Amino acid sequence: MAPSVVQMRTAAETALIEWFEAEAPALVGAAEERAAAMERFKAQGLPGRRVESYHYTDLRSVMRSLAPSATSSATSVPAALFEGLGGHRLVFVDGRFTQDAETPAELTIQPLQDALKVGLTPGRAMGKASDVVVDLNTALMRDGAYIRVAGNTALPEPLVLDFIQTAHEANAILARVIIEVGAGSTLTIVETHRGKASLAYQSNTMVELVLGEGARVEHIRVNEAGDRALVLSTLAARLEGGSALSSLSFSSGGETVRQQSFITYAGENASLDLRGATMIRGRQHCDNTLVVDHAVPNGISRELFRTVADDEAHGVFQGKIIVRPHAQKTDGQMASNALLLGDEAAMSNKPELEIFADDVVCAHGATCGSLEESQLFYLMARGLPRPQAEALLVEAFLGEVLEAVSGEALRDSLSARISEWLAARQAA
Amino acid sequence: MLEIKNLHVEIDDKKILNGLTLTIHPGEVAAIMGPNGSGKSTLSYVIAGKEDYTVTEGDILLNGESILEMEAHERAAAGLFLAFQYPLEIPGVATMTFLKAAMNAQAKARGEAELSPGDFMRKVRGAAEKLGINPDMLKRPLNVGFSGGEKKRMEILQMTLLDPAYCILDETDSGLDIDALRIVAEGVNALRGAGRGMLVITHYQRLLDHIVPDKVHVMAKGRIVKSGGPELAHELEKDGYANYTEAA
Repeated sequence: MAPSVVQMRTAAETALIEWFEAEAPALVGAAEERAAAMERFKAQGLPGRRVESYHYTDLRSVMRSLAPSATSSATSVPAALFEGLGGHRLVFVDGRFTQDAETPAELTIQPLQDALKVGLTPGRAMGKASDVVVDLNTALMRDGAYIRVAGNTALPEPLVLDFIQTAHEANAILARVIIEVGAGSTLTIVETHRGKASLAYQSNTMVELVLGEGARVEHIRVNEAGDRALVLSTLAARLEGGSALSSLSFSSGGETVRQQSFITYAGENASLDLRGATMIRGRQHCDNTLVVDHAVPNGISRELFRTVADDEAHGVFQGKIIVRPHAQKTDGQMASNALLLGDEAAMSNKPELEIFADDVVCAHGATCGSLEESQLFYLMARGLPRPQAEALLVEAFLGEVLEAVSGEALRDSLSARISEWLAARQAA
Repeated sequence: MLEIKNLHVEIDDKKILNGLTLTIHPGEVAAIMGPNGSGKSTLSYVIAGKEDYTVTEGDILLNGESILEMEAHERAAAGLFLAFQYPLEIPGVATMTFLKAAMNAQAKARGEAELSPGDFMRKVRGAAEKLGINPDMLKRPLNVGFSGGEKKRMEILQMTLLDPAYCILDETDSGLDIDALRIVAEGVNALRGAGRGMLVITHYQRLLDHIVPDKVHVMAKGRIVKSGGPELAHELEKDGYANYTEAA
């Protein structure tokens, strides 16, 4: 028998446990879920390289200590990231929820604490998945929002979830948003993350989505966090029959970023389109981890992730598609492509298929390479200077991922961000 | 005048061109014929500025000035155009976007004003129509999924729009059926004159029935071994390259 190894608790782990113990009396609702999540955390601690799902993102080493809990420096509600977008905006200033306008008639919005107090159960969208970042969020969540869209309602404008860090000192931010979309309803969610530069703040936010039968949701997550930030961002979604979710993670911010998506098919004929566009440079690290659980038959899933890494940046893609024994006729296609611009840039691709049904179509592909010299020469021979030729190819590479964004203004705005990122690269 | 003087070129320590000398005068259409492996494509890449090659001796002069130190995009702006034997597919870049970027980049390099969007559209549509290019193709990603003939027509469209002083056509006839060949040749012929020089590189005489050259040069083992008039192409078609490859 192998001797059991007990790892010493790190300063961050001890601080997280103490935080929970000190805060517990003030934390409202979901007592059982919180306690269970904290027990799992105590047993496992922060995951390091030996934990397979965190092999490439060693949270134990990255998160050496815990930043003090959130304080805000904001004296007023900051402007939206996408100013012309309109829509209904929920702002989470250092994790504290405020609403900047009256709630539209189609929505019911409650502060998270109020909803938990009257029995809202967190974690329904997680299905069978378990994750330490989610556990920490569950144990410690204090603020956030609960949003409900009634059945057969089409929201004309997007719901904007604006997570913004404002404190002048590095702080720890936690927030949870739980959204239930009624049967047959349509909703667009734009989730943005921002914060101060040169501050090692720590953010752990989670958006939980439950899509009722036939509901359609488009979700766009934009990470423009500060350049020293640790960003842990989770999407969990539960898809009832015939529902459709498309989700794009557009990421250029943060120092260490883990964007997770846990998707569970609860009803048949649901479809999923998960995409990612990641631009990293310097010593940035961005990890896109997905778990797509086809628990029922006739589900469709498409995953397309593109990463552009310059300098010494490190991109990670972990995509797991699970097809449970009865989930026949599942159709899953997953691709991760990376473009390495810097000599020291790296990409770790880990696609995984766990298939327990026999009548399914599933495929995955992963590529990693540099720009094609022959294509660059062709463009240069037509008069484009090398930087412009490179920019055109990179824009094209990432642009394909943006095609799924249905709002033209938002798509143009994201596209402009790619151009700005490239311009900054060439100016450097 | 485009002058190639005693050009010696290597790639990966392998000598490809061995003292090639050739002059193309303004308004002249010169053809280079030669067997496979004689260095024809290398010559076209070296003129256009591909970086994989090392010029160990000799020079290339455009209107009296050496272009060897210039990058590919600078040579393009100076008036050189290479029509590729195998035009590259560029996924995700709409043909129209690419054309605009290329035209604007060259205008900028020459200190000229960019075309207005309206003028640009009119110019592109007009040139495309003459080459039988469907306007829908201009919205598609450049060369992606295009047939061989469509790709070559797209090269001639670019040549028309960029209005170069010297054009190098590398095996433009490869992969074309008779009808496509005729359309492409007509496009090229429409650009003859006005002081524009052309270097037509081909393996077969067939293309030269449609684009009748002023001069024909035979290339073997990295140099020009014989020069003459259009009749030389017919001789080659009859007798083959054997005499020259042995002599060189």
